[in-house]
This record gives sequence, C-alpha cells and structure tokens, in this order.
Amino acid sequence: MTLTEKILARASGRSRVEPGDNVWVETDILLTHDVCGPGSIGVFKREFGQDAKVWDARKIVIIPDHYIFTSDRLSNRNVDILRDFSKEQGLPYFYDVIDDLNGSWKFDTEVGQLKRQYGSRYQGVCHTALPRLGHARPGEVLFGTDSHTCMAGAFGEFATGIGNTDAGFILGTGKLLVKVPETMRFYLEGAMPPGVMAKDVILWVIGDIGFDGATYRAMQWEGPGVSSLNMDDRMTIANMAIEAGAKNGIFPADKATHAYVSERTSLNGTKADYNPVELDKDQKLIFDKVYDLSKLKPTVAMHPNPGNRALAKELEKVKLDRAYIGSCTGGKASDFLAFAKVVKGRHVKIDTYGVPATSDVVQELKETRWEAQSVWDVLVDAGVMMTENASCAACLGGPTDTFARLNAPMTCISATNRNFPGRMGSKEAKVYLASPYTVAASALTGHVTDPREFLS
Amino acid sequence: MAKVVTSPVYVVGDNIDTDQIIPAQYLTLVPTISEEYKKLGSYAMVGLPDELYPDRFIAEGRTESDFKIVIAGKNFGCGSSREHAPIALGAAGVEAVVAESYARIFFRNSVATGELYPYESRERLIDLCRTGDIATLDFDSDTFTVNDKTFSLKSMGDVRPVIDAGGIFNYARQTGMIGSKA
Repeated sequence: MTLTEKILARASGRSRVEPGDNVWVETDILLTHDVCGPGSIGVFKREFGQDAKVWDARKIVIIPDHYIFTSDRLSNRNVDILRDFSKEQGLPYFYDVIDDLNGSWKFDTEVGQLKRQYGSRYQGVCHTALPRLGHARPGEVLFGTDSHTCMAGAFGEFATGIGNTDAGFILGTGKLLVKVPETMRFYLEGAMPPGVMAKDVILWVIGDIGFDGATYRAMQWEGPGVSSLNMDDRMTIANMAIEAGAKNGIFPADKATHAYVSERTSLNGTKADYNPVELDKDQKLIFDKVYDLSKLKPTVAMHPNPGNRALAKELEKVKLDRAYIGSCTGGKASDFLAFAKVVKGRHVKIDTYGVPATSDVVQELKETRWEAQSVWDVLVDAGVMMTENASCAACLGGPTDTFARLNAPMTCISATNRNFPGRMGSKEAKVYLASPYTVAASALTGHVTDPREFLS
Repeated sequence: MAKVVTSPVYVVGDNIDTDQIIPAQYLTLVPTISEEYKKLGSYAMVGLPDELYPDRFIAEGRTESDFKIVIAGKNFGCGSSREHAPIALGAAGVEAVVAESYARIFFRNSVATGELYPYESRERLIDLCRTGDIATLDFDSDTFTVNDKTFSLKSMGDVRPVIDAGGIFNYARQTGMIGSKA
C-alpha cells in the first residue's frame, strides 16, 4: 500500500484499503479558523443540539488567522464566536487573538496595520503554526476547514481540507467518510542548486501535470532527494498539492521529521507519541515520475492559475506594480531569510509588503542578527513594508482594509500559493507566483527577475 | 423534490474557482445564520470578470438568480475548501450545476450540504448552449435538453440519495448511521 492507503487503513480499522474504497476514518486532529470555524460550530449546534459536547476537546485545534487585523465588524465577531465556543467546550488548543478569555476582539485603527496588536497566545497562519505547536504527527489523520490543510502532509500524515458540514460532523462524532485516493509518486533525486527553492519544485511539478492534474489523488514525494529538503521545504511543497487539485500531499517521515515533531510536541506539551507508516516496496501507483532537483531553475506561475508555468528568466518583460511575501507556503522564517539575502544592502523599486506567517517568525526575524543588524531591520531598510501582525492578510484578499490587499487592477509577484482572478483582491489584478528569492529579485528591478544574478 | 427543472441556463468556462463563485471578502458571512445565508446567495458568481460575463448571474437589485442551472467546463469549483461556494449558489436558487468535471472539495461540499446537484456531462455543453437558453434537466432519466437536443449525463450514483435527503446529516439519520436530532 502507499503511505496514504496505510494511514487510511489503520484509521478505519482495516488491514487493507484500495483506491476508491469509501471508509469511515477516525480523526486525530480537527483544525479550524475564523472563516470556517463559526459555520462549522453552527452546523454542529444545529445538528447535535445547543448543549452538545464535542467528541474530544483535546483533538480540536482552533487558530484564528484569516481576517484578524481588519475593522470589518463581522470578522471581529467571528473571532468572538470561536472564543465563546472554546470556553463553553473547554478547548485547550484555541490560540486566541487576545489574552482575556472574557474579552472581545476589536482591531484598533489608531495603532494601525504595522504594530503588533495581539496577545501572548496568538499564532497567525494556521498551517504554519500547527506543526510548530506540536499538533502534526506522522501517521495521523488531520482534517481542516481549509484547502491548504494538506501542508501537514510534510510530516508524514494524511492531511486534507474539508467543508463546514463535514467539520460539524467531525465535531460531533470524530469520524468522516473518506474515499481512498489513488497515489501519484514524485520521485526526487539530487539537491536544489543555488537560487532554487522548494517553491520552484512545486511550481515546476504543477506546471507539468496541470493544476487539475492530481484531482482526487494523493501526491506522494519520495526518493533520495527528499532528505536534502528541510521541513520548511517539505511544507512549501505539500502545501500546494491542492493547487494541482490533489486530496493530499505526503512525505515519508525521516530523521528530520522525528526531530522536528519531538521538539515541537515537547515545547507545547502536546501528545508526543505517534505511530508512523513506512514505505512499502509494493505500491500501486497511477503515476510515477523522477525529478532531478539539481536541474530545476527559478520558476513562476503566471496569471491566472498555478499551473501556468514559465521560467523567471523568460518573463523579464513583465512589469510589476507590487511584490508580496507571506502566507502559509511563503511566510516562514526561512522564506524571509532567503528574501533578505537578496535585498540586503539594496532597495526595492516597487511597493513591497512582508507579512510573516506566524508571531514566532516575527520574533525570529527580530532576534536573528546579520552583523550589527536584525534581519527585520535589513528588510525594513531595503524598503519592505513589514507588519508584525502575522496573518493570512492579502494572500486571499479578504475585507477591503486588509493589509497589502490588491484593491485596484495591478500586477503583483507573490510568494503565496494561488493566483486565480480576484484571489488577492481586485478581479482585474494579475498575480504571478514565485519563490521568495524570485519575488525579492523582482522587487529590486520592478519586473520578473531570475534571482541568481543577485545571489552570486 | 422536483424531479424536472426547466430554467434558463448560465454558462461559464473552465476552471471557475471558488473566488469567482464567492469572493473571499464575503466569507465573513456565516452560512448557518439565516440572514447571512441569504446575503451569501446575493453575492454568488460576483467574482466572474465583467468583460467575459456581460450577463450578470444575479440581476442588479435582486438577491436571487433567474438561472437555476449552471453549465460549466472542466474543474468547476477549484481553489479553496470554502463551503460558502455551493451554499452561495444554492442560496441564490441554483438547483444543479452541470460541468465536465469538478474540483474534489466543491463536489464533496455540494453533496455534504445538499445545496445543489453536481452533475457531470459527457459532452462539452458549454459549446452547445448559451446563457439564457431554456433547458430542461430531468433528474429521473439523468438527461439535459437544450435547443431541441437531449444529452445523457453521468449518473451521480451513491451521492444522489445524500443530496435527495438534503445533505449528509439528514442522510445519516435516515439510514440510521447517526441517532435522531437532539
């Protein structure tokens, strides 16, 4: 069996499953946030009753992250709905925006977008925060009310996005009916050359198979090249399985995985034991292709979809109005460090915005020093508008006062994961997806730029 | 449950993603709150580019659509997992989408909520009819008739009774998978 089949077999109490089987699986973690949490809670209460209790309070993780730093009344209310529910149900893993469990959240426009406006428990983008908080473990089943839940497949678990109704069902029962997907294998060899990042790997692959090329399927990453990818790299790649239409993306767990999970579960005091699945020799695959990482070049997905592939150097004529770095896939500390390496001692030529994925990324960038300067200050000095308010921000547009939202037709290069029309705001805007290196180099020149010329 | 729907159709292209079905700025609305459910419907398909879709899905000043059937190409509903997408269409009065193929989560959310029937066509119907054409969708024979031609659609199989029941909870109760409502 493939990794996905082995996990789903175990979670459904069977010795074997085949692609196409519909099985009821037990949920290890249900993840939700401020956009889909209130509706999922609404479904749970409507169907199981106003006084119903959730199936297992310790298996629910609620991370508000989408529409936080906005004056939109309904958005602020939605965070309060999460708080009321967490209080009522006694949920230990609700990472609130504010510290006062009896308070209510309101964005302060006087303080503004750039200065920190959250309390000590707030995290930021749920998919980046989830493993850092010790809620991702190899061999487990994670459902989340967000399509990028597949990011946790980096840790050798089955992770997929679901809707509110399915989430409401899980809140009450802990179970979900799942169709076992067929598996596509992406066999990696070699290591990425200088100037190439994990984002280039996944953009190259999606360009290859098409952005519906993995619909209903599992994308399994294997081969000797995997060990050259750190956990952040694997997260970037697994995150975008959904951009090829996949149900999930998955990496086998190795030494790096176990080290990360053991550190993170112990830091947050979450469940530390788990049972990983190992690769079988005998796997039924519907697609099998070898990729040599050392052959890859800086890659871009052009407007209007993540499969519309070109090389960065082929797009030098594309003039840009804005550059953006942030999101689950592109707002990790390693992403900002790569970005800073390119812009250090230089100045951006177009409006450039940086939104760290999580609060600990903010902290790390401020504490990491390059000679006399923090990386944070390197970015600010280069002209990047950095906010301390970690969140999804403009990656998915959001309310019109969202930081860096594309409120007018313009062309933007972005380290995020999706570029359908209207994704970052205006439906007339054009978004190009690229690695943090490529976004940084392009910010310096004002047109799409191969970053390798800035890295030699 | 109506087994035949006759309505003007609304025709869209390939890869209509969830941002075009319901733009992210409206996800502040919570679908289980009834006035917000209706409001979601009033924004259905508002993300479609105006120049490609001069006939608006919901006429100015209205909250429901005249189009009970949406005809689409490949990969309808790709992008986010937002259940707001099938809900917005359902709240706007859509009874069925007939597409060449669907993104996985949109299809599943349509079934789970029972908001609409996600039919798959065998032909590329978007080349064979235009927005405003009157069509008939027959749920008993799984056929679609437009401009005097009848097309057989793929049967929805196991998921059909779930939508007939009004979604996964009603279905699970009807079939004894979960207990009756508290």
